[in-house]
Amino acid sequence: MKNANALRPSTLVPLLVFAGLAAVPLVATAMDQPFYIAFFGRIVIYAIAASALNLALGYGGLVSFGHALFLGLGGYAVAMPSFMNIGDGWIHLVLCLVASGVTALITGLISLRTSGIAFIMITLAFAQMGYFLFVSLKNFGGDDGIPVTFTSRFGPVDLGSPMTVYVVSLVVLMLTTWWLARLRVSPFGMTLRGAQQNARRINAIGLNALRYQLAAYVLSGMLCAVAGMLLANLNAYVSPSTLSWTVSGELIVMVVLGGIGSVFAPLLGALVFLGLEELLKAFTEHWMAIFGPLIVLMALAGKRGIVGLLQRLDQPPPAAARGVESVHVKGEAG
Amino acid sequence: MSGTLLLAQTLNGLQYGVLLFLLAAGLTLVFGIMSFVNLAHGSLYMMGAYSAAVAREATGSFAIAVLAAAGVALVLGMVLELAVVSRLYRRDHLDHVLATFGLVLFFNELVRMVWGPQPYFVQVPELLSGTVDLFGFTYPSYRFAIIAAGLLVAGGSYLLIHKTRVGMLIRAGAQNPQMVGALGVNIRLLNALLFGLGAMLAGLAGAVAGPILSVQSGMGEPVLITTLVVIVIGGIGSVSGAFYAALIVGLVDTLGRAFLPMMLRQVAERPIADAAGPALASMSVYFLMAIVLAFRPQGLFPIKQG
Amino acid sequence: MSVALQTESLVKRYGALLVTDKVSLDIHPGELHAVIGPNGAGKTTLINQLSGELAPDQGIIRFDGEDVTAVPIHQRASRGLLRSYQITSVFEDFTVQENATLAALGARESATSLWKPMLNNRRACKAAEEALAVTGMVQRAAVPAGELGYGERRQLELAMAPAAQPMFLLLNEPMAGMSTQESAGVIELLKGLKRRYTILLVEHDMDAVFALADRISVLVYGRVIFTGTPAEIRDHPEVRAVYLGEESL
Repeated sequence: MKNANALRPSTLVPLLVFAGLAAVPLVATAMDQPFYIAFFGRIVIYAIAASALNLALGYGGLVSFGHALFLGLGGYAVAMPSFMNIGDGWIHLVLCLVASGVTALITGLISLRTSGIAFIMITLAFAQMGYFLFVSLKNFGGDDGIPVTFTSRFGPVDLGSPMTVYVVSLVVLMLTTWWLARLRVSPFGMTLRGAQQNARRINAIGLNALRYQLAAYVLSGMLCAVAGMLLANLNAYVSPSTLSWTVSGELIVMVVLGGIGSVFAPLLGALVFLGLEELLKAFTEHWMAIFGPLIVLMALAGKRGIVGLLQRLDQPPPAAARGVESVHVKGEAG
Repeated sequence: MSGTLLLAQTLNGLQYGVLLFLLAAGLTLVFGIMSFVNLAHGSLYMMGAYSAAVAREATGSFAIAVLAAAGVALVLGMVLELAVVSRLYRRDHLDHVLATFGLVLFFNELVRMVWGPQPYFVQVPELLSGTVDLFGFTYPSYRFAIIAAGLLVAGGSYLLIHKTRVGMLIRAGAQNPQMVGALGVNIRLLNALLFGLGAMLAGLAGAVAGPILSVQSGMGEPVLITTLVVIVIGGIGSVSGAFYAALIVGLVDTLGRAFLPMMLRQVAERPIADAAGPALASMSVYFLMAIVLAFRPQGLFPIKQG
Repeated sequence: MSVALQTESLVKRYGALLVTDKVSLDIHPGELHAVIGPNGAGKTTLINQLSGELAPDQGIIRFDGEDVTAVPIHQRASRGLLRSYQITSVFEDFTVQENATLAALGARESATSLWKPMLNNRRACKAAEEALAVTGMVQRAAVPAGELGYGERRQLELAMAPAAQPMFLLLNEPMAGMSTQESAGVIELLKGLKRRYTILLVEHDMDAVFALADRISVLVYGRVIFTGTPAEIRDHPEVRAVYLGEESL
């Protein structure tokens, strides 16, 4: 969002998507199809979670294969109080932010002692720990999960109503996208992106690269947990399957599919990913057998993603496209 | 807590450890030499298990089943390497994660399509369906055979790696991959072979595990994750590290699951112990990995870099 | 602003190899002190210890009177001890302007703002612009560093240090790989920087060293064999012996 020309495809398409998403409640009500609210609501919420991951992965180069942990923590931050008949949204929110913040701080401190493959492994392991923890909590449903009967209430606003949680989620997504766009060129964001490209140099110019990466990881975890909280309200149900490693993998796919490191990547990635999933499901119950190879092809094809494609439409070749950076994964030679 | 129980669980831990080693050996070499993050290793294990189950049902012979598993896994591994994996060596780990993630989803769905979602029941081979007498107590022969076979494979791989020319190339490749290529060794063939061998070991593990663990879609991933823990603890690229770490992890996990809940009940109230016990037990190996990474990020038995 | 840097008996070993052998340096405030020596003398290792990227096995490093031996690199940088790299180490995806501004920002402030654009920071932008002007990079300000030619990348590398308004500059072979013309430009640049800060310059280019240095230390096999003015260096028998056949003094 550096240049002011809003008519470029790479800016126009995402804005149109936002407009479309804003229209969903009206269309769904008019057509009496509440399914749309649930379907697009899921897309919006996963876009928030993917945005959180984009902060750590796209800006920071931290390949976290365990972000499902935070999604799950956010969900259980609603489900557990709900189980104890507490529906106060503020309590849910505070619990969500504190639990995810502390968890991200501790796991981040340990994980950031490593890099490369080990970093991926250890983030995966922490998510697994979370998964097993919640499975073992038989009082809170264990493997089967628990319904959320006392959804988050903020005064008159009850996230239990699909329409309400949809609107709130969309607003959160828009604010998040705006914030991440500004963060990208803020001192913090520049330092973080610089650390991804050349951590040694960041230290040499007087900034502690590790500290910024940890901060990004914590912010990322907390934002992802907020998405989890919204998801719990949308589904009115939480189970340990939210913490499964496949969910972490799907979030990564969404970010990369969208165009890693770019501002609109999570939105476009979540839309295409979940949309494609729904489309394929209509054809065959074995849609995974097609989806899997598509992901392989995407990996083979390269990482500019949808945003990269749109940027190529912005300018005719051979002008270089900027805005989607090459990814330098933490701990590896750029 | 009886001595017999302790002994039996220790042997179970060794048996699990040996299975983990079969999986870890190939995986750690691929990580160490090609720097390739292969999440699809669990799928190779799964395909080995299914191949063995099918072959067993067709021929009635366990031996043939094991050979079939090894063969299928070897071929599948080499095909995957040539078609997909080799194109990704120069890319960063994120691309590896994505590509192999896609493969995992594909293979899990594939077996669901062909054999359905329910577990495929495989019987313990008759010859090994009895028990052996050890130190005055009886232990299932099959599990004992696994331990013996696994130690044989470990010994064989030690000989291969330290006493043969191919092994020397592998060790050189683990220390300095670029140099080996520069020396004119057909690195493409070596890589494909290496990947295939690792896949074969995984397939063997699957064949062997079939009768005691359940053969079904998604069986590879829990084991894969534990294998990754083994590799990180052992030190990436180090086969001997993988061996020791596999035994450690196998023992910690098995003994933890067997005795932690019991021990917790001594010190805490019943409801807490009953809840926390299994949770802590399943998390024990991750705690172990976190501790190792916190104090010795390169692993407990790392190879010295060239 | 310029300050002094001293080392006392600095030692660094790699296994059995003694790479830094009881090096004691005394860099005076405001001087340009060159370190020369044949390849493998341990110059880069020495710089890495001074900047804080490498911990010495023994010895003390004093910066502006304070013992900084245990202080990590990013803190030394915020105290004013900045370095440039022999192998260009910039932020490839950022523009020249962004590179310089980030360098200017990092040295003085922490980058905690999550909202305001970095390029709104007047002080940092101004410092960056001055550094770019001095190194002749202003026209290329909007170009991503990854698209610069080799010489321009070295210039950017060099610009990032003064952008940070340091008190002490560690320059590791700034003229590496440059043409004679480009080197002449850097010599002029360094002449301009000379009085503003204290500079420790490691270089192979003898023309540059003799044109710029107030004093020179000669490092051979990790040991400082002599420290003196350029004239003294020129006449020193041991130094001549070391360099005989390599460079003409």
